[in-house]
Amino acid sequence: MSGDLSPGFADPVTEAQACFRAVLDAMARPGRLHTLGGVTPPPPLGVASAAVLLTLVDHETPLWLDDGLRAAQPWLAFHCGAAVVADPRAAAYAVATDLGELGRFHPGTHEMPETAATLILQVAGFGSGRRLRLSGPGLRAPASFAVAGLPDDFIAQWHANRTQFPCGVDLILCAGDQLAALPRSVTIEEG
Amino acid sequence: MMGYNFAYLDEQTKRMIRRALLKAVAIPGHQVPFGSREMPLPYGWGTGGIQVTASVLGQQDVLKVIDQGADDTTNAVSIRRFFARTAGVRTTTHTAAATVIQTRHRIPETKLRDDQIIVYQVPQPEPLFRLEPSRVETRRMHGLADYGLMHVKLYEDIARYGQISISYDYPVMVNGRYLMSPSPIPSFDNPKMDRMPALQLFGAGREKRIYAIPPWTEVRSLDFEDHPFRPINAPHPCGLCGATDSYLDEVVTDDHGGRLFVCSDTDHCAERRAAGHVGTDGVKEAAE
Repeated sequence: MSGDLSPGFADPVTEAQACFRAVLDAMARPGRLHTLGGVTPPPPLGVASAAVLLTLVDHETPLWLDDGLRAAQPWLAFHCGAAVVADPRAAAYAVATDLGELGRFHPGTHEMPETAATLILQVAGFGSGRRLRLSGPGLRAPASFAVAGLPDDFIAQWHANRTQFPCGVDLILCAGDQLAALPRSVTIEEG
Repeated sequence: MMGYNFAYLDEQTKRMIRRALLKAVAIPGHQVPFGSREMPLPYGWGTGGIQVTASVLGQQDVLKVIDQGADDTTNAVSIRRFFARTAGVRTTTHTAAATVIQTRHRIPETKLRDDQIIVYQVPQPEPLFRLEPSRVETRRMHGLADYGLMHVKLYEDIARYGQISISYDYPVMVNGRYLMSPSPIPSFDNPKMDRMPALQLFGAGREKRIYAIPPWTEVRSLDFEDHPFRPINAPHPCGLCGATDSYLDEVVTDDHGGRLFVCSDTDHCAERRAAGHVGTDGVKEAAE
């Protein structure tokens, strides 16, 4: 199996920096799309989610994968060196192909909200599907944002996440090589 | 760049700082602890700002560094040279040409754009530290958004002096939730933080804290209805460029009480002079 692993970033320093800047900009401006590249991860792990993991995850960050992503575990173990945990509440970073319950991840505490998990959710695509209306820090005016592949109860789940601010899970949405972020501070309504 | 990783810090450290930065952006105004590293300059010289800049900076970036508004003071020159040497990035003194601006205690007069990042050097990130020495206690106060102590301090200022006697490091509320130290910028600069299009990042090296304000976020200077916030500035125009809307430094020119008021932002002043604006002392200088 080890002979089949595809490579990570060819130039880790510059590519991780470029990827981080994309994620930073996405987190600072909810709903803004960025395109990433430079990796050929094992499916079903997408290009954008793999780049984010290579950039942010290492032996200091417990990682949780949902059942759909088990196939990518050897690749992530080799390139990131992250400890994969079975309990979603123990994860600093989580990757999922299906949202499930947002409440199963650690939301941080009121005194240390930064300990909350970051969920990387693979969705079907951007620009079509469910229309969301975003408002909050990072947005000059409420913005419209369309995502395909979110569950029906997403807005209700997000509302529960948003109301526990400053606690709450931060979301990075990835589709293929595209990425957008929804930090816990953003308010989402039906658009 | 031989012997160093790009931008001095190792990749493991950058990842740790990058994770802290993302959490800081997601919780506007909240101080995120991070594993501050020893840097090749002493605490108090901008080690926090340098570590944030090093984690953000890429080969495409153009870096500007200011110290109290000036591009040509020791701290600014040495930090600019540090990144020119360890990251090989282009540097500039022009605010508009920079993509990343590291600053000590000023915000440039030129309005920042949405494709720029400003990194503040912070000596003391805890706005409540003079009122409550215990970190355990202040963390709890932030958790509960219990900021009565700061309002009492402002009230006592008014009762004692007739006004709020804070001229720099004037406390702000970020997005209506967290009380935050804007770093020791003059209160004159506070309004620039409100709904700024650029991303604002703050690094405190000795105190090991990172915090951030996302673009277009509400930043309100604390005040009372009957004592509204008033930014303070010297009531003069700039002696060199005649600007009336910029923050001024007072320069003692002789031992007979001679004073010269000049823009603290050297790039702003130089650009105005290049555009033909002349202040009262500027004319005298040119005529000599």
